[in-house]
Amino acid sequence: MATQAADFQTLSRRYTADKPFRAFIQKALGGYYNKRDENKANFQDWQGARDLAAETKYEAVNNLDTYLLEFEEKIVARGAKVFWAPNADAARDYILKVAKENNVRSIIKSKTMTSEEIHLNDALEKEGFGVFESDLGEYIVQLRKEAPFHLVFPAMHLTRGQISDLFQKELGSPATDEPEELTMIAREVMRRKYCEADMGISGTNFAVAETGMISITENEGNARLTTSLPKIHVALLGIEKILPKLEDLSLFLPMLATAGAGQTMTCYNTMYAGPRQPGEPDGPEQMHVVLLDNRRTELLADAEQRDALGCIRCGACLNVCPIFKNVGGYSYGTTYGGPIGSVITPHLRGLKDWKHLSAASSLCGACTEACPVKIDLHHHLLQNRRNGAQSSPNPFEKISFGGFSLMMGRPTLYRFAAGLGRIFQPLQGLVNGTILDPLRAWTGSRKFPTLSSTSFHDQWKKERGGRR
Amino acid sequence: MRISLFVPCFVDQLYPNVAWSVVRVLEGLGHEVVFPEGQSCCGQPPFNSGYWDEARSSARVTMKAFRDADVVVGPSGSCVTMIKVFYPDLFKGEDDELEARELAAKTHEFSSFLVNVLGVTDVGAKFDGKVTFHDGCHGLRELGIKSEPRALLANVQGLELVEMSEAETCCGFGGTFAVKYAPISTAMDEVKCASILSTGADTVVSNDSSCLMQIRGMLEKEKSTVRSLHLAEILASK
Amino acid sequence: MNGGRAIILGRIREALRNNPAPRPHTSHSQVDAAASQNGHAQRQWLPKVGATLPEQIALFAKISEGLKTEFHHVSTIAAAREVFAKLAAQGEWKKIASHAHHDTDALLEGTGISSIRTENGYVIDDLESCDVGVTGCEVLVAQTGGIMVSVESAGGRALSVLPPHHVVIARASQMVPDLTAAFEHVKKRYGKRFPSFMGFITGPSRTGDIERILVLGAHGPKRLTVLLVD
Repeated sequence: MATQAADFQTLSRRYTADKPFRAFIQKALGGYYNKRDENKANFQDWQGARDLAAETKYEAVNNLDTYLLEFEEKIVARGAKVFWAPNADAARDYILKVAKENNVRSIIKSKTMTSEEIHLNDALEKEGFGVFESDLGEYIVQLRKEAPFHLVFPAMHLTRGQISDLFQKELGSPATDEPEELTMIAREVMRRKYCEADMGISGTNFAVAETGMISITENEGNARLTTSLPKIHVALLGIEKILPKLEDLSLFLPMLATAGAGQTMTCYNTMYAGPRQPGEPDGPEQMHVVLLDNRRTELLADAEQRDALGCIRCGACLNVCPIFKNVGGYSYGTTYGGPIGSVITPHLRGLKDWKHLSAASSLCGACTEACPVKIDLHHHLLQNRRNGAQSSPNPFEKISFGGFSLMMGRPTLYRFAAGLGRIFQPLQGLVNGTILDPLRAWTGSRKFPTLSSTSFHDQWKKERGGRR
Repeated sequence: MRISLFVPCFVDQLYPNVAWSVVRVLEGLGHEVVFPEGQSCCGQPPFNSGYWDEARSSARVTMKAFRDADVVVGPSGSCVTMIKVFYPDLFKGEDDELEARELAAKTHEFSSFLVNVLGVTDVGAKFDGKVTFHDGCHGLRELGIKSEPRALLANVQGLELVEMSEAETCCGFGGTFAVKYAPISTAMDEVKCASILSTGADTVVSNDSSCLMQIRGMLEKEKSTVRSLHLAEILASK
Repeated sequence: MNGGRAIILGRIREALRNNPAPRPHTSHSQVDAAASQNGHAQRQWLPKVGATLPEQIALFAKISEGLKTEFHHVSTIAAAREVFAKLAAQGEWKKIASHAHHDTDALLEGTGISSIRTENGYVIDDLESCDVGVTGCEVLVAQTGGIMVSVESAGGRALSVLPPHHVVIARASQMVPDLTAAFEHVKKRYGKRFPSFMGFITGPSRTGDIERILVLGAHGPKRLTVLLVD
């Protein structure tokens, strides 16, 4: 078994056994469900909005080169630099180069999962740059030296007590259990950092081709400060973040807020069109936009699953996924977890090593139902399974299903096998739950049903005789 | 109407009473029910695991069994989904693609058939109990079945229906997922059973026997007195 | 230096060539019908907004107050000054930050409190030590209960987000129904010469990162006051 698949089994076993943790995660999502439903109900037609969003992203993704070029032309005309990074190395190297050439000492960051994907912080810190995460949740997990637990709510797995302990240990702050006081502690620390940082690195929620702007959605204001005060702004985004028109934001900003956070609009939604323009009183002298491929073009090439590039990283699929809710964000072992992560990771990091995430699902479809841009998530998991079975079949499965298909291909053989099952079932009863029990994966927590003494088929034949 | 009965393999072997219940209800409404003998398995297990060649062998047996059927009805959201939703994908580009599509078009899940095809919501059933309904995911999200079982249960004399907060949350069966990822499947089962118990219902009902196997399996292991019954069994009770 | 532009474009073109993706499962008749509504298809699906100004002001008031924005609707600038004076006394303001703008100038007339202006640049620490930032705005958006700011209407990027209290002075005629209208407004005003910064502010700064409990004033202003003058 590949390491990643084995790790997933180990981690998911650990987290599912932790019932208080599972209950905590469930509780954390409860408020979100109510507010999300309230906001969806405010729409005149949420399903109509999803249709339009899906069509808009279809247009964007299927004409990706055209829109990327339009975006670049417009934003470069205002003095921004656009760097096209074919892979993570190229993106990291470019950002390091910009930092070194400009004698940057201190870097402040706002939330960007793309930077997690390319392990940017590690690379910057290795070269001696101080990097501060300004988003409260990201700051907390940075201090704990952990990855974000959820792509929208990075610290949702932590209690206030754990956060208080963390701040006491790392910041020497007084003990407090109050979320308000803990937030103010972080606010005070960050204020100095905003004012002193030489470079601000942000993510991007949407890149608008028509007007050459990047749009950032947030609640705290840390992204606004990250992009206002330092003299250099680096904006990182996956190439798929493109939207054709400025007006598209009037649909996507409310949908992202509703699906992602259960809000009508998040507090700050800001469009940046370039570095400080002549006559403007503040803003960065330099703006660098880093467009990241990192195998997104491989997903693009898979026409069946191309719609997954329409993802707006709202996290709605994670929030409804019973797998995610029970195993938590860390079990996935990769940047993007939950249903969207399970769909795209085989494309971004290799099918052989990551197809197990597509297998670890009951295919309930709640994700597909929740997705604001109508990505066919749970069917893509099925497709990944098919692709995986074709390219690197598990020998045990291949043989078992071969046998299954042989048996089911001949109904008399199937009934003969079922008859044998009846004979051997009492033997299973003898070893039920023990190490010898072949069904112990089931019987550990659930009773296994007894085969009926006669099948429906035999009963019908007996009762209804010759009647077909 | 001449209705061909589709009996999923595990109903055939584990829960024949569910199939008999379907027969009783349909015959009670005056229809002729026939049971084509050559059925084995719809092919869902290999299909779900990605072994589509192997799935096609089983599926072809199913297609052959129902070749002459006018209409096909089965008591399982997941198996009917396999035929209705996935056979067209499974047979895309194959010689028998048209036959697969034709079978998909004429196959129905039992509660959907009663309400949407026969236009019936009252089958004259009687069942004393406080019931909560579990929406099997395939039936709910692939076939759009939500109101039909509830419309039918509303007309069962003596039955009180209470909704559980996690009615639409997956029970955790998911086919081979239940054993391949047993700890996760168990956790999901725990959430489902806790929701059932908090309704105070004495019976949990579903339109999918595989879900019931998962739910009943845990309820019985935990020595709960809550019964698990298939919707067809409720509708067949007098 | 644009990096791997040719490489990435090549990959994209190769991926899309003769390789169509299935269209999304949408109810096409719905989307087509909507597309014919003056090109603003999204208006059909987004929350409804009343057509009259009083309705829009009422909606704005309701939503913004729900978000803990302090909303004051007054008839004159003089009345706005009174509200402002009360806030200043309550907040014991020592230093105000603002920018050159017809309405902010009128609001701050005679305030007597030390103030700095940002439109010609400023020292960051000076701005950081202000108690309040006073700005105008581009428009107010009834549908979302938020305001739209820009470099020109809000004195740069930091003025409306760094001081712990943000006060906005606006006219009722600046109310627009929805985000679509807000974008139309900036397109009309700025044509092809967009400012480097513009955006929506919908309530005081907030976070739910600790146990999903709402806390105001995470990094941006803890208080947002909107003074709407007829």
